[in-house]
Amino acid sequence: MKSKPLPADPIIRELVRKAQSATMNRRALLTGAAAGATGLALSACSTGPAELTAAPDTSATDKLVRWDNWALYVDVDDAGNYPTIDAFEAQTGITVEYTEAVDDNNTYYAKVKDQLSLGRDIGADVVCLTDWMATRLIRFGYAQKLDRSKMPNVENLLPSLQNVDFDPGRELSIPWQGGFAGICWNKELLPGGIESVQDLWKADLKGRVGVLSEMRDTMGLIMLAQGVDISGDWGDDEFNAAIDEFSKQVADGQIRNIKGNSYKEDLVNGDTVAAIVWSGDIVQLNAENGNKWEFIVPDDGGTLWNDNFMVPIGSGAKSNVEEMINYYYDPEVAAEVAAYVNYITPVVGAKEAMMAIDPELAENKLIFPDDEMLSKAFVFRELDSSEEQKYNTAFQSVVLGAA
Amino acid sequence: MAFAAFSTTAAPSSSDSIKKKSPVALLLLLPGILYLVLFFLAPLVSLLLTSFKVPAEFGDIGEFSYAFRWENYTDVISAYWPHILRSFGYAITATFFALIISYPLAYFIGVKARRWPLLQSLALVMVVAPFFISFLLRTLAWKQIFSDESFLVTSLKAMSLLAPDAHVTGTAFSVIFGLTYNFIPFMTLPLYTTLERLDVRYLEAGSDLYASPFHVFRKVTIPLSMPGIVAGTLLTFIPAAGDYINASREFLGGTGTQMMGNVIEANFLVLQNFPAGAALSIILMSAILVMVSFYVKKSGTEDLL
Repeated sequence: MKSKPLPADPIIRELVRKAQSATMNRRALLTGAAAGATGLALSACSTGPAELTAAPDTSATDKLVRWDNWALYVDVDDAGNYPTIDAFEAQTGITVEYTEAVDDNNTYYAKVKDQLSLGRDIGADVVCLTDWMATRLIRFGYAQKLDRSKMPNVENLLPSLQNVDFDPGRELSIPWQGGFAGICWNKELLPGGIESVQDLWKADLKGRVGVLSEMRDTMGLIMLAQGVDISGDWGDDEFNAAIDEFSKQVADGQIRNIKGNSYKEDLVNGDTVAAIVWSGDIVQLNAENGNKWEFIVPDDGGTLWNDNFMVPIGSGAKSNVEEMINYYYDPEVAAEVAAYVNYITPVVGAKEAMMAIDPELAENKLIFPDDEMLSKAFVFRELDSSEEQKYNTAFQSVVLGAA
Repeated sequence: MAFAAFSTTAAPSSSDSIKKKSPVALLLLLPGILYLVLFFLAPLVSLLLTSFKVPAEFGDIGEFSYAFRWENYTDVISAYWPHILRSFGYAITATFFALIISYPLAYFIGVKARRWPLLQSLALVMVVAPFFISFLLRTLAWKQIFSDESFLVTSLKAMSLLAPDAHVTGTAFSVIFGLTYNFIPFMTLPLYTTLERLDVRYLEAGSDLYASPFHVFRKVTIPLSMPGIVAGTLLTFIPAAGDYINASREFLGGTGTQMMGNVIEANFLVLQNFPAGAALSIILMSAILVMVSFYVKKSGTEDLL
């Protein structure tokens, strides 16, 4: 640009200078925008799969565990304190920051996945997520390998949970609590009760039925009612038959709403009279609102799931977490938690410990399921990523009223 | 500036003074420009690039690679066209009702209550007061009021004003109600600011010329309050079209009332289908932009924007 000498005439010279600076500006602007866009594109590209390494463990100097968990999922006393966490803090000098940050597996994952994929800290040292989401985190390499030798109490883990497909030998995930998805009804408004998923589709319940937005639970129960073994080898045909039924009930207005944990509000305010729900919640709802609801696992079967402790790849507090997991696998501590949350505890010996706290609860089949109860409970089989995508999309289409 | 180039002798002083000023002006503009680039332009570029992505080959859930797959747009339109239409239908209806309710209110506060300044300020505080409580809480409260076993719904049913098997939450009514309710202050305040400056002598002149009250209202009051009407409708319509709280299944909506905001949320957070969510966001933005510029052109108030 500077190679040509400028004309002698001052007016023309000024004009040329103006014109040049104008193009310069425009060009600079365009280059700037292009650089910005490329930068963005590159930064987004760098999130591709890379071998992630666990953050260095600073547990020895930093006595802190940040624990993200679901609502109403640890014991709370009337003053709002967490007795078992307080006891752990007093015992070990480790501070626990407990947050009810998980409302839904999917939305929690969506919140933290970018940091996870870069191996960065997500603001939590341990998080409890459901089996299928644990599968995904492990598949991506987002969970840290745990040292079982530092957690001797984990030997108390129920034999049935010692080996799972997604984590053979339990090296990356340790169960926290488990539960059933089954059906419940309002005993005052529906004295006759219901016995199966089919009963939810009865005419007198039109517009008063709620189901869970957790795909595996709602679809699992419908498929079980259609005679499919959800743990077994089923495929598109079985799933589509169940989606058709689900879609029909939504379109007909039989199903009032499809929700996550907030389905409780609908049960309380009476919008729903019967619903597909999680076992432990109903015990707590009954305690808070008078003994109004009855929960059963239908004879056709209900789903069984576990939420698992996992240490995110970017956390530097693995040893502290291991100490905490070890603490919660003490049968007496496990019984104390189970007495409050009413979900299935994975700790052998908790039942005996519960006898001392509350003998009646020790007989509760929702906390300590017997063989008959367990024979009706099925684990939704593992889905590969393309199946998961396909089935989730089909399920969400119905949820959004787009099917 | 352009003429400065032609004057060889007199120009330097003025162009010098401009040059002296410009670094300061630029410095002052810098935070604003940086803010826009960082929080508007960059996300917009990223969103646009995302909307054309394709699933990564052998990729897992939520893994996409850059491409130019414009079919993403036709895909989401064919899958979610009812939600797109519903969003704008609900937003227009809610804006209409908010206007019908807010105009008399703003007229009362801004014109009729002029003689009593205390009443005027009290009424204004009452319009703004709901903002002191989170709008999520207020919407949840409506959900309780409209629930099946609530006093309101059971009494309506007892009086046969509502069919025995009818319900209110999860219907188009409750969602539009929620939108209208939540956006009324956004409609009232701009209407108030224009009506407050309305010169009533124009109205008197109108009636002196034998115009009926209705005629005065139509020919004088409405045109004079047009800036407020346009501002209010825009402030209501734009957020209402993208709203996902009122229509959410957790609040006043149901599966049959999902709006575009809910679909975008589901695609981003539940399905991890970022291209679909991004394409829907771009569609929503462009549609609002087109509708708003058409509206502003029609109502002849371009200088407002």
